[in-house]
Parts: sequence; structure tokens; C-alpha cells
Amino acid sequence: MNGMESNLLEGAAEVSLVLLTLAILLAFIRLVIGPDPADRIIALDLISVLIVAFLGAFAIYSGEKSFLDVGIAYALIAFLGTVALARFRERLAGKAGSGETDGARETEKEHKE
Amino acid sequence: MIIEVVTAILLVSGGIFAFIASVGMLRLPDIIIRMHAATKAGALGSGLIFLSLACYYLDLSTTLRALAAVFFLLLTAPVAAHLIGRAAYCSRVNLWHKTWIDEFANVCDWCETQGQGASECEIEEE
Repeated sequence: MNGMESNLLEGAAEVSLVLLTLAILLAFIRLVIGPDPADRIIALDLISVLIVAFLGAFAIYSGEKSFLDVGIAYALIAFLGTVALARFRERLAGKAGSGETDGARETEKEHKE
Repeated sequence: MIIEVVTAILLVSGGIFAFIASVGMLRLPDIIIRMHAATKAGALGSGLIFLSLACYYLDLSTTLRALAAVFFLLLTAPVAAHLIGRAAYCSRVNLWHKTWIDEFANVCDWCETQGQGASECEIEEE
């Protein structure tokens, strides 16, 4: 708490940090209950974006500029992880066979036989 | 004083947008609609918080790094959303029951003809 002079900024940073923590908790609920793996992937993507925002808010709250660099590096790594998970999900969908169509998605597939 | 007020407003509004994004992530009915909340409002919340960071430290290197972080977030959010949306569509997730337009449903099998060019994908009319 070195660089925090005013009371207004401290209160705003605390409100923002509390809101971001609640947002991470809500996204974690979706991560647990998500019915499809793609739901879990977008929940992880949202959690990583929220952690980047948390690092930005914490850089204001603590008066330490280095958390900005941590946030940029984390955003890079999280983007790579999201891309890798999405490619993995797509490959899993292609490998899982063209058999099942469940529920609302009734697609007519022509088989090449 | 003005800078402090602007920083506080940007910080709190970024936190509120991030919270709305997460509530939408929890409450919306479908994966595609959930992606709307997650990527768009998530990037907006993070962008507002980084803008407030750029307003708070008004020296050159920190402000430029914060603006670069905003630019990077705005650049990568549509790419990740496109990849996840295509993976979800191709793996045939259940769409919402009020979805009334699905343009690739009856045309042909769009996902399996991605690598082979569009010429093998004939529309069958019976």
C-alpha cells in the first residue's frame, strides 16, 4: 500500500477486486457443471481473462507496476491454452464417429460408401 | 483529482462488466449464447481495468504496456471465440430449443469437408 494516496481509489480498487473474485467463483461453477467439454473450455477461457483483469486491478491496489507484466504474460499463455483446448475438442469430435446426433441437432449426413 | 475519479470509474465499471459476464456465463441457456457473454464482456471488463491502469500510472512505459495489453486482448478474444464455436458446432452440442435458424444443418456436412475444399460438398435436393 505504498502508492495509494486517496481514499476513493482504494475503495474503488477494493470493490473491483471483490466483484472480480465473485465473477471467478461464478465461472468456476460453470466449469464444474458444464454439460459439454466445450462449456468447460469457455469457462476456463473466461476464468483466465478474469485473472488477467484481477492482476490489472491488483496492480492499482498494491501500487506495484510489475503485476502488469505478469498480466500480459498470463494473457499470452492463456490464449495459447485456449487455442490448444479448442483444437483438441474439435479433433475429439471428429474422432468420436459420425454416428450420434443427440436431441435437437438432427443433421442429415450423407455417408461416403 | 480528475485522474483519480476517472481511474475509479473505469475500475469499478470494469469490475461490474466482468461480474455481468460471469453471471451470463452461469445463466444463459446455450453454449453459443454463453460464448457471447464470456468473450465479449470478459474482454470489455479486462479492457476497462487496463485502461484505468493506464490512467493511474501516467508514465510512458506503463501506459504503453497497458494499451498493448488492451490491444492484445481485443485481438485474441475473437480468434479464441471462433475456434471454440467451431469446435462446439462440429461436435454437435445441443442448441437451445428456441433456436430457429441453423444454416449449416441441412446444407451438407460442413465440418467434415473443411480440409477437402467445397467441391465435394454437393447440396442434395430430393
